Order: sequence, then C-alpha cells, then structure tokens
Amino acid sequence: MSTFVIGYYALLIGASCLAAYFKKRQLFLLIFSLTLISFVTGIVGGVGALRFITVAAGLLALAAGVSYAFREFLIIIASDGIAKELRTAPLTAAFGMFVIFTYAIAGTFAPIIAPFGEAEVISSAFAPADENMLLGADQLGRDMFSRLIYGARNTVGLALVATSLAFILGALTGLLAATKGGWFDQLMGRVADVIMSVPSLIFALLMLSIFGTSLFVIVIIVALIYSPRVFRLTRAVAGNVVVMDYIEAAKLRGEGNWYLIRREILPNSTAPLVAEFGLEFCFVFLLIAGLSFLGLGIQPPTADWGSMVRENATLISFGELTPLIPAAAIALLTVSVNFVVDWMLFRSSGLKEV
Amino acid sequence: MGDILQLVIKRLGLGVVTLLVISILIFFAVELLPGDIAQAVLGQAATPETVTALREKMGLDQPAILRYFQWLGGALTGDFGVSLISGERVSEAISGRFINTLFLATYAAVIAVPISIILGVIVALLRNTLFDRVANVVTLTSISSPEFFLGYILILYLAVKTNYFPAIASLSTDMSFGELLHRTFLPALTLVLVVTAHMMRMTRAAIINLLASPYIEMARLKGVPPWKVIVKHALPNAWAPIINVVALNLAYLITGVVLVEVVFVYPGVGQLLVDAVSKRDFPIVQACCLIFAATFILLNLAADVGSILTNPRLRHPK
Repeated sequence: MSTFVIGYYALLIGASCLAAYFKKRQLFLLIFSLTLISFVTGIVGGVGALRFITVAAGLLALAAGVSYAFREFLIIIASDGIAKELRTAPLTAAFGMFVIFTYAIAGTFAPIIAPFGEAEVISSAFAPADENMLLGADQLGRDMFSRLIYGARNTVGLALVATSLAFILGALTGLLAATKGGWFDQLMGRVADVIMSVPSLIFALLMLSIFGTSLFVIVIIVALIYSPRVFRLTRAVAGNVVVMDYIEAAKLRGEGNWYLIRREILPNSTAPLVAEFGLEFCFVFLLIAGLSFLGLGIQPPTADWGSMVRENATLISFGELTPLIPAAAIALLTVSVNFVVDWMLFRSSGLKEV
Repeated sequence: MGDILQLVIKRLGLGVVTLLVISILIFFAVELLPGDIAQAVLGQAATPETVTALREKMGLDQPAILRYFQWLGGALTGDFGVSLISGERVSEAISGRFINTLFLATYAAVIAVPISIILGVIVALLRNTLFDRVANVVTLTSISSPEFFLGYILILYLAVKTNYFPAIASLSTDMSFGELLHRTFLPALTLVLVVTAHMMRMTRAAIINLLASPYIEMARLKGVPPWKVIVKHALPNAWAPIINVVALNLAYLITGVVLVEVVFVYPGVGQLLVDAVSKRDFPIVQACCLIFAATFILLNLAADVGSILTNPRLRHPK
C-alpha cells in the first residue's frame, strides 16, 4: 500500500462522511459509490486504475471550474436581460459555450496562433513531440498542432456553411409551404419524405460517387440531405403561427406572402429554430467528419480533422494517442453544441418534466 | 380487427411506393452524370469509337426507362449486373459480405437492445436525480462522438495496450462461433455504445411521456402499488413507443455500420460501398445503396406496423 492509495481512500471516505453529516444525500451517494467502484477497480487494475480515476476526477473538476468562471464572466459582461437568462444555465451549457468560444477563436485567428503553415513539411514523418512541435509530426512530417488549429477553420467552417445553406433552404420552403399551403405544401412534404427515407450517409455516398468530391458538391449535397428536417420543423412551427388572428389581419390588409413571412411569422418562431440550428449543425458536422474520414471529404493538403484521423491511424497500433486528438476535437465540439442546445430547448419549451 | 388490417395494409403499400421511388432515384441519379457511364469509365482521353463500343456492350444505347425496368427486374431476382472495375458479378461480391454485415448488426443489437431498454426505464423512473443527470451527460457524449473516435479508443485500450481482443476483424470460414464472436467483439461494442445511448434517451423520453398521462396518476391516487402501476398500467401502452425506438435504432445501425466496418477493416457491405464510391464503380454503388435503403425503409415500416399492432386502443375497438 503506497501513500497514494492510503491518501486516496482517506479522502474519499472523509468526503463521503462529511456529505452524510451535512445531509447532502445525492453527493453522499455519488462519492460513496465512487469509493465502492474504486475498491473493485483497485483490486482488478491496481494502483494504475486508481490514478486514472484521480486524473479523470481532476479533469472533471477543472472543467467544472472553468465553466463556472466562464458563466460568471459572461454574466458580468452581458446586459441585464441576457444576464438573467445566463444565470439559469447549467454548468454543462456554460462548458459548451466556453468550448464553442475557444474553437471560434482558434478558427478565426488560425494563421496567427499556429506556429507553422497547414501544408508546411518541417520534419520527418511521425517525429515525436519536441519543444518546436507540441504534438509531434504527422505522416508527412507536418506539425500536428498547426494542422489541428487550421482544422478548426476548415472543418468547422465547411460544416457551418453547409448547415446555413440547409437551414435557409429548409426554412424558406417550410415557411412558404405553411403560408401558401395547397399543392406546394403537398409536393414539398413528399419530397422531404423521400429524402428522409434514405440513410443520410448512404445518400451522401451515392451522390459523391456521381458528382465527385469537390467542396462545392459536398456543401450542396449535405445541405440537401439535412434540409428536410428543418423544413418539417419550420412548417410545423409556422403552421401554428399562421392560424393566429394577427396573420388574418395582415392578410386582410393586403400584405404579400414575403411580408407575412418576414415580419409576422419569423419573429414568432425564432426560439425553436435557433435550437434546431444547433442540432442540425451537429448532424452536418458528424456527417462531414465521417465523409472526410472515409477519404471523400475535404481533400489534402488542406488540414481537416476527419482525414487527419485516417492518415495517422497507423500510429494507434504503436499505442500512440496522437491520431485520437483530431477525433476528440470533433467529439468535443459536438458535445458542447449539444449541451447548449439541450439547455435552450429546455428553456424555450418551458419543459418541466414530472 | 378490420381497422387494424386496413391500417397495416395501407402502411405496407406506402412502404412499397417509397421503395420504388428510392429505386428510381438511385437509378436515375447515375444518369445525371456529365456524359454517361461509358464516358466516365473510360475518361476524357478515350476515342469516340471505344466509347461507342462500351456503350453498346453495356446496353446504354437503349432508352433509360427500358434500362431502369431491366435493372429493377434484375435487382428483384438478386442480379445487379457486373462490376465496372473487376468484371465480377455484383451479386457475388455482395452476398457473402451482406451476411457479415447482418451478423455484425445483429450481434450489436442483441447486446444493445436489452441493456438500453432496461437502463432507459431505470433512468426514466429516477428522473431528475443526480444519476439521471450523469446518464444524460454520458449518453449525450456518446451520441456526439463520431463512430471512428469510439472505435479507435477501443482499439487503443482493448487491443493494442492490453491485447484482450484483435484490432482487425478479419474473418475466415473455418472459425468456430466463439472465435467469431471474439474477433468481432470490438466493432460490435463500438456500435453498441452509440446505439445504446440513442435508445436509452428515446426510451426515457417515451416512458416519461407515458408516466405523465392522467390515467397513471389516477392509478396512483387510487392506491395501486408502484410495481403494479408499471406492469399493469404503464407497460401495455409502453410497448408501442419501445418497439418504435428499437426499430428506429436498428435502422440507425445500418448507417453506423459503414464507418465501423472501415475502422476495423471488417469485410462487410459498408466497406465495399466505400471502396466502390472512391473507384466510381456504379453498379456496386447502386446495389449497395439499394440494399441499405431497403433495409432502412423495411425497419421503419416494421416500427410503424409494430406500433399499430401493439396499440391497445386499436386492438380493442369500442
């Protein structure tokens, strides 16, 4: 028994006693079950497993601290109305906002932050990390860290463009279908049904095999695949607004469809649409990452997270973590957006579950 | 019973129509090629004579409608034509791989379905506790991770560092069933992780929705013991949403399987499809897409029919 193990259990048991004494029931259950799990993993995995749990708990605490600080920071700099909303944000949502903020900075200022260019060969293939290269080199000797930073610009940028296009396409047709109704509504509804009845990745692969893999084609295809989701939601939301009296009044005034959409319907259906934009972004981002992992997305030498995973995958068999970092970057951004969307959905629906 | 039968037949009819529309889409998408298949296969440098020769050999001089019906008729009897690259029959290339893919998906489903339904119900019963919140964060993380991220993590920790399972799922015909399960465990586990998270969240939402309905509150208020509320009142109405959740996620497995097969170099249809896409081998792409789309539509159909059949209000009409 090393001092680490003794200290580890002393801390856990002490903390659970304190929690029990102050009647923090849930906290106690959490810490005590962690103690019991540690007993089992400690016996099976030895000290290493306990160290792993310690590191994981430390990272979690760090993330919680950062999110708390970031939320307080946002509350201070925001105006009164927004600050009130922000106070209701759970820590997960604050964490999500923090990560999105970081990615945005990295993407925008990529050439300034990254020490090397994205296609610049600076050392031998798969060179290990040193003081020049934070994460080592990739399969051609390019700096992994710089490519990661540039990837924030290329991969996320592409996903954002595709999402925006899907959103504009879906929202416009949805709004038109809701206001016009009739044959246009029917036709668009059936088209959406057909697109949604094919799995998105399969559809994308079919289209890419025909039109080749240029960025323009990818954006159009991905937007086409995911616009039916937006179409359905917009149509449903707008359908509820269209039957209101003030729409009737505007119609009697002689306003056109475009005025109705812009001035009456859109302002009254923003909340669910904004949340849908976030969700849509996650789907699009994962699809594009999957495509470039399959070698059918952004083409080299442009830095892109999906293809970086594929190109460096051989390193995995040597027990290296490096190829997982771009994959983790994808996962982290998607989780973060999901956290924020979760909070926004909860808030906008006023969903109070029983 | 007449009502149910009518509903089911209506739904089946709709499914057949959707399948037809999809097959038209898949066939005529290739017609959108600048030039045609013969031109695309031979490239820009080909002389007009060779292009014409290939066109005649492939029957491209016939009108597209006629070729569509030939292709569809062939597809229905399991004949998808000949590969453009290798000249092999597409049906032969696919048949063995299709069984492998089905095996992998079934393997994952057999593990994932019971686990996720049980966990989903537990989480729904413990809603708004700390356990529920932790489960929410964990499932959200799992959903948000790309399949290849989870796959490579599993390879790193369960294959490379510890050697419990092989990192590459190579199959051969003389393997015992146990050996097969062991070899394909990591790809199956990757699929399980993704699908379980989805299914748990959907089950939780369905059960919570159900428990909020007035008749459950009525049962509670009249003093029915909690387990009896679940078994006698909630469960009969829960089957429809649960069957729906299961079928939808099995359909989701179909897409997930493509990426997982590539990560683990698993000899399935997904791997074949990805190869064919990068080589632009259209007959194989069309066949794989049709198979995936058909499976997806059939599972969605099963979800709808299942929820019609298990709906107590439809089974006992007034």
